[in-house]
This record gives sequence, C-alpha cells and structure tokens, in this order.
Amino acid sequence: MISVTINGEQRQFDVPADTPILWVLRDFAKLTGSRFGCGMALCGACTVHLDGQPIRSCVSPISMAAGKHITTIEAIENDSIGRRVQQAWMDEAVAQCGYCQSGQIMSAVALLKQHPNPTDAQIDTAMAGNICRCGTYTRIRSAIHRAAGQRTASAEQTSNRNSDLFTEVKA
Amino acid sequence: MSQNTTIQQPSVMLANVSRRRFMQGLAVSGALVMAARWDLAMADDSPNAAQKYGGDAMPHGWVDNPNVFISLAADGKITLINHRAEMGQGIRTSIVMVLADELGADWQLVSVEQAQANEEKYGNQNTDGSRSMRHWFDPMRRAGAAMRQMLEQAAANHWHVAASDCLATVHQVVHEPTGRSLSFGELAAAAAALEVPARDSLRLKTTDQWRYINQLPKAYPESNQQQPLAVDGWDIVTGKAKYAADVEFDNMLYAVIARPPSYGSAVKSWDDSETLKVDGVVKVIALPTASQPSAFEPLGGVAVLATNTWAAIKGRNALKVEWDKGPAGDNGRYDSSTFSQQMQQTAQLPGKVVRQQGDFVAAQQQANSTFKAEYYAPHMAQAPMEPPAAIVRIQQTDNGIKADVWTSVQNPQLARDGVAKRLGLQPTDVTVNCALLGGGFGRKAKPDYVFEAADLSKAMGGRPVRVQWTREDDLHHSFFHTVALEHFEATFDQQQAVSGWLHRSVSPSIYSLFAPGVKLQSDMEVDQGIRNLPFDIPAIQAESGEAPGHVRIGWFRSVYNIPHAFGIQSFVAELAHKAGRDHKEFLLQLLGPDRQIDPRSQQVVWNYGENPELYPIDTGRFRGVIEKATKEAGWGKKLPKNRGLGLAVHQSFVSYCAVVMDVEVSDAGEVIIHRADIAFDCGPQINPDRVRSQLEGACVMGVGIGLMTQITAKDGAIEQGNFHQYLVPRINQAPKQIHTWAVNASNMSLPLGGVGEPGLPPIAPALCNAIFAATGKRIRNLPVGNQLAS
Repeated sequence: MISVTINGEQRQFDVPADTPILWVLRDFAKLTGSRFGCGMALCGACTVHLDGQPIRSCVSPISMAAGKHITTIEAIENDSIGRRVQQAWMDEAVAQCGYCQSGQIMSAVALLKQHPNPTDAQIDTAMAGNICRCGTYTRIRSAIHRAAGQRTASAEQTSNRNSDLFTEVKA
Repeated sequence: MSQNTTIQQPSVMLANVSRRRFMQGLAVSGALVMAARWDLAMADDSPNAAQKYGGDAMPHGWVDNPNVFISLAADGKITLINHRAEMGQGIRTSIVMVLADELGADWQLVSVEQAQANEEKYGNQNTDGSRSMRHWFDPMRRAGAAMRQMLEQAAANHWHVAASDCLATVHQVVHEPTGRSLSFGELAAAAAALEVPARDSLRLKTTDQWRYINQLPKAYPESNQQQPLAVDGWDIVTGKAKYAADVEFDNMLYAVIARPPSYGSAVKSWDDSETLKVDGVVKVIALPTASQPSAFEPLGGVAVLATNTWAAIKGRNALKVEWDKGPAGDNGRYDSSTFSQQMQQTAQLPGKVVRQQGDFVAAQQQANSTFKAEYYAPHMAQAPMEPPAAIVRIQQTDNGIKADVWTSVQNPQLARDGVAKRLGLQPTDVTVNCALLGGGFGRKAKPDYVFEAADLSKAMGGRPVRVQWTREDDLHHSFFHTVALEHFEATFDQQQAVSGWLHRSVSPSIYSLFAPGVKLQSDMEVDQGIRNLPFDIPAIQAESGEAPGHVRIGWFRSVYNIPHAFGIQSFVAELAHKAGRDHKEFLLQLLGPDRQIDPRSQQVVWNYGENPELYPIDTGRFRGVIEKATKEAGWGKKLPKNRGLGLAVHQSFVSYCAVVMDVEVSDAGEVIIHRADIAFDCGPQINPDRVRSQLEGACVMGVGIGLMTQITAKDGAIEQGNFHQYLVPRINQAPKQIHTWAVNASNMSLPLGGVGEPGLPPIAPALCNAIFAATGKRIRNLPVGNQLAS
C-alpha cells in the first residue's frame, strides 16, 4: 500500500511499486487529465508536479511519490499562476486537439514559478520537452508571455496576427 | 505453449465501400481503375446516377432538417449537435457557430452535443479531405434559418399577427409594430410542433447580419470562457476534456497487443508463461493475421488483457512471440533504403502517361537546353499525440444483443458498420460514441483499433475491453504516408522560356491497401498536384511509375500533395536559378495570365470531389497568394549572410496557399526559422481564427516534414519506435513567428475551400528553397536531417 497526496487529498494505492504515477492517476485515481503520449518521458503529455517540481509521470514510479504531494491539471486552477496560465491559454485560443495541453500547461506553470518574466529562449528551453503535434507552439509562447503580463515580441505578434486577418477579412 | 483462446479469422470486410459496385468494378474495369474510382463508388450505388459533387456525392449526403441538429428547451437553453469528428480543427465550435448565428441564438445559452455514428440521421460524418465546412456550411445555415423561421411563425401564431411582422433578434422574437417580444424558450414547444419550412422559403441572413460567422476573435468578449472561439477550450485547459481512453465501463479489461513486425506476418508460436505471472494480467489471446490486402482489418498478433493498462504493458513486455514472416512475402524483407533506389531506377524509364498536353519529345528535340532533377520524400507516421484507443462492450439486453463503442475516429459510421459486421449484428445494434480525437491527421480514418476491441470483447464473452495502443505500436503499425520519388525534366527554348515539362512520379498507392497488385497511383493521387499543375507550358507530360506498397499505406494530412508539391516547387526554384531569374517572377511567368482552367481539360478526374465548373484551377488566385506572401515577407530584401527567403505555392483541397520562409542556417548546419508568411485563399472564412490556427499548425508540421520527420524500414520492420527516433518539431524548432494572411476571406462569390490540409504542402519546399537561398545547398531528399552539417 502506497500513500500519496493527490491534489491535496491523501490517497492509498495497492499497486506494484514500479507502477508509473501516470497509470495510478489514470486507472486507479480516475484522474484522466494527465495524458499518455509516449511512455518514455519524450513528449511531456503526462507532466504533473511532484512537490511542486514538474515530472514526467509516465516513467516515474509511484514509489517515488510516497509521502509526497502530486498536483495534476485537475487542480492547477487552485494555483494563482496556474489559473493565469489557463486563462491565457483561453485568451490565445492555444489548443487545437488539446491532448498535449494538460502537459503544456503544467510545464508552463513550473516555468513561470521559476522565471516570472521569461524570455522566448527560456520558454523554448523549458517547453522543449512537450510535443504538440497540432503545432500550437507560437501561441504557447504568446500565452506564456500573456500569463506573465509581458508585452514582448511574441505578445506583439498576437496582436499583429489579429490585424493580419482583420484588414484582410474586412477589406 | 498457451492454452488460451484463438479467435477465428473474421470475414474480410470492406466497410462502407459499396461492395457490389466494388466487385462490379473489379470485373468490368480491372482493379486499378476501380481503385481509382473508389471515392465515386462510395458515393453512389446506382449505375446510371448523374454525376454528383461535393456533399451531394458523399455517402448519405447532407441533412438540413433543423429538428435533427437543434433542440430548444423551455428555459431558453439550446442544444446544438455537431456530427463531424473534432480532431483539433475546431469543427465543434465552427459548425455550431453557423447554426447559432442563423438561428439567432445567444451563444451563452448554447451547448454542444456530439452526435453518435448515424449517417442515416445526420448525413455524412466521414471527417477527412478538409470537407467539413466546405460541405456543411450551406446545410447548417439552412437548418438554423429554418428553425428561426419556425420561432417567428410560433410567435405570430401566439399573437395572431402576420409572421412577416415577427423578427427573431437575439434569442427572442420581436413583434415589430408593437415591440412585444417572446423569448426562444417561451416559443420552444410551439416552434418545435411546426412544419419545417420549405427550402425555397428560407431567408438566410445577409453577411452584415452575421454575429459569429466570418468574424474575428476580437469581436467576441475578451476573456470569456464561453466565447465561440473554443467550445472545448475550458475543458481542455482543466483536463476535463474526454478522449477515447478517458472513459471506462464497469469490469473493463485493458488490452495491449503485440502485432506482427511486418505487414502480413503471422504468429508462429508464443510463450505467455512470464506474462501470466504479471500482477493484473487476466488473459492472453492470439488474433488472426489479416490477409493482404488488409483494408482496415486489424493486423493480428497476441493480445494481453489485464485489469489496468500498466499490467497489460508489462505483460506484453514479458511475452515471447515467434513470428512467421512467410505470409508477409516481400514485405518481410522491406528495406526502405533499397526501395528508394528501386524507385529511382523505375523513374529512369517511361511510366504510364496520366496527362499529356503538347509534345514533350518534340520540345526535347527543339530545346536550347534541358534540366533534370529528382526529389525524394520518405514514409511518415501521422503520430497524433493521442495513440489509438477504443472500448467495446457487448451486452444481452431485452432488445437483443447490443454493442457499445467509445472511441475517437474520423469516420464513425465506418467503425459502426464494421463492428456490426464482425459481431454479426445490425448496424443499429451498435452505438458508437465519439470522443474528442487527440489528433487525427488521417490515422484515425482507419478504425482497425476499434475492430481489435470488438474482437477481444467478443472473445471475453462481451466483457468491456479497452484496446490501448502505445507510441511504439502507433509508429510501428501505422497506415503510413507513402514514399515518393519525383522525377522532373524541363526544356528551355531559345528565349530561355520553359517549353517542356515532364513529371514522372513513382510512389506506392493507397489503393494497394484495398486491391491486390496495385502499383500505380490512382486518379485521386495524381490529381493531387500533378495533373492539376497550373503552368502555362506548351508541352506537359505526366507519368506514373510502378511501385508496390510494402507497408499499409494510408492517408496522411494533405496526402500525395506533400511529395508532389515538394518536387514541383523545388524544381521550379531550381529552374529559375538555372535561368538566372528571380524565383517569384519566374513562377508567375510559368503560371501565365490570370485564367480559370477547367480541370478536365488537364485530364483531372477527381478535383477533390468538387464540381469542376464551380472549382476551376484559377491562376489568378495562385498569383494572389504569391503576391500577398511575398509582399508581406519583403521578398527581395537584403538579408545577412547565411540567411535567405524561400517561396512555394500549392493548390490542394480546392484552396490556394503560398508561403515565404525566412531561414538562417548556422555554420554548424542548424536551421533557424525566423519567420513564415503564409497567404491563404480558401474563399470565405467561416471561423477565421480556426483557419489561422490550422495554417500555423500545418506550418509547424511542414517544418518537421522538411527538417526531421521520417519513417524507415529494415528487414521488414519499422526502425522508429518512439519520439527519440521519430522526430517531430518541438517548440525550439518551430518558426519564431508565423504570420497568416487571408485572401478572399469575405468574398462570398467564391465557393468554400478546404482548410485543414492545404496549408501543409508548400511548407517543406518553401523551407528548402530558403535553405538554398541561404547556403547555395539544394535539398532534394527529405528530410534535411544532417545534410547541412559541414
């Protein structure tokens, strides 16, 4: 029996110690917001926070979380930065299929906790482990800047993008 | 050796293909011609049916009955049905926007319900070919307008006044002479009881009355979670969105399958003694190998069923399977490197002529100079972030045996009919619930994973089974994008104008998946850029060379347009360079004067299923996007060393797209993409922000096609197992900026074009042309990989 705290709630699981946190969350805790994308820590769709640090839950055994706190996408809106990031994702209409976005948001929240005013280079470094096959990367950059309250090249690009279309659509 | 169950071979199935017509075609015209006509065969079963186009030609056509798509509640809430598959293109938002706008609904009171598979009720649901809005804008407008008129009539009846004095505004009907009003909720019951007005009596909104259609996001309230921008947005960012694997039934088993490494190889023997020791493993079941060509039949293999996903994965890891490559034939020795050499040899010899205009041989004889080049584009896997998953449960009910499916598929009806057939049920006994697709890109147009779940549930006496593909499964056993060798020859006349053009395309056909012996591209495939080439060149010859398929070949976003556009647009840039001309001016000269070409005059058969009179090849629209993209990118401007602009244009899915890439290549050979300018003309844009997002996404995927993405095979097996070997773009490799420029976005005199796919084909050639401009190094083999390393 392994005891962990998930989104503030203490839970116990009778699973083999090598079971990845991802499958404990999905199949046992019934928290399906963390996604399975690769199983090898290559795509980031499964990203959760363990004691505040982003981890790839698909390769992290549940034994590693014993006695610790796991935060998943389902509870990130309780975090002030988490809530801001979610809202920025809405404002930029980042998501296409949305499957990778739980992991993207968890990585972005971790980034902003470390770098409240990230540069594009810091964003690229922090987010390079999260694959989006739909290709929403330019909007992810813009949304992270927006969540940080920045007016940067990326943020400017957002407004440019709107005007690109605005002149043309209404011309 | 295991004592476990083996499932009997299910009968070979060609779901949703008109089997009668298919067999007829094979008998009358030979497999190839039939394969080429497959889309038409799907469309209409009657031997003498008039030619149909667009939505009319799709199985079950379109439906515009408002009662099918709209339900009004007395409390004012409105539920709108989206019947198309949502895979990131935003169709759940866009379709419903059209209904809501014509209806006059307040978006805050609208909710969206996803339809189950039921084309008899909803019309065609097969979500591919960039068709959803192209085929459904008009029917959805009519459905919305019809219900609006029913609400107005209900109000008129209530007040005993003329309906012409009653006007639906936003969620209410106003009696104009008196200013009285009734809300949609108050009118719901009475309106629903009325007859649906005749189509010719519908009053569609004028464009200036639209509130959501053709509007930009900034027209919506800022920071509003309910905005039409994204129906599923908040569910996605909170993790609540439901994909196929996010649903479970009581007592469900989790299955992971070891599939044969080569297309067609079979299980020789297996040892599950270690598997059965894994905590949670319940059963091991061998599945039959599908005979070739396998269509959408599962590949077979050995399934491990467990009480949770991890146990099933561990169980499969512990499984020892010996495979018999015999039934796979040549596929068991498939080596993609050797095959590319074979394709190159084939390309040296004449192929089957698929388009002829003028006399290319004479052009060669009279040429001042000639130029040849060949381009290679590899296999790829669609690799949607959500690997395939499906749940099937079979139950005895008071009304007989019923099957419930929960999955994410692009073609729900195909899944429903296929499950029914293999379980011996009627299609109406099978319910297919459609979850969100965590990406599709063509992979989920093939429901083999749903059939696996059905077979396993059946083997378990109907117990719910969820089949979960891992990433390795997805990459090893996709329906792969084809592989292609594009051979070109051009002749220049005395004035240095291009007088002759030969395009010989060697590439396995998707139809090799459906009929034996197919080695040539079908009409549908050569109509993707080869026959509909828009150039004003006196002598044009296009040929298809033989190439058998050795893996399952299937649709990948933009399909054959990818290699065809890469070849054509790279070759034009090379010709311009050889002629010492500016690429843009040279390209515009090849296009010639603005004109509308009847595709049939170029031997085009398919034209994306659209009426060639409504959808001609329009060189003016080609020119329009070229001018826009080059202007915005500053074409011709001076750039620092190692930096260059590259241009490409392509028409596909009846839309036009030009791209300029601004690229820097470092001394180490690293490619940095500073900016992409994409000009796009799909005619009127219904949901401009989602059009833009599709272009941005296509740009990133296209960067991957250009720089890194490929599948290779050796000894009959795919070499890439996960994202460390199968490379797709990451955020640091994406363009720093992507600018999208809409052309004709509000021009309602044009018919709608496709959106999801046409942004992709020009990206890789524009990128490689930019690399040439930056470095002088010409890329003829995709992907770039380490070709730029010094």
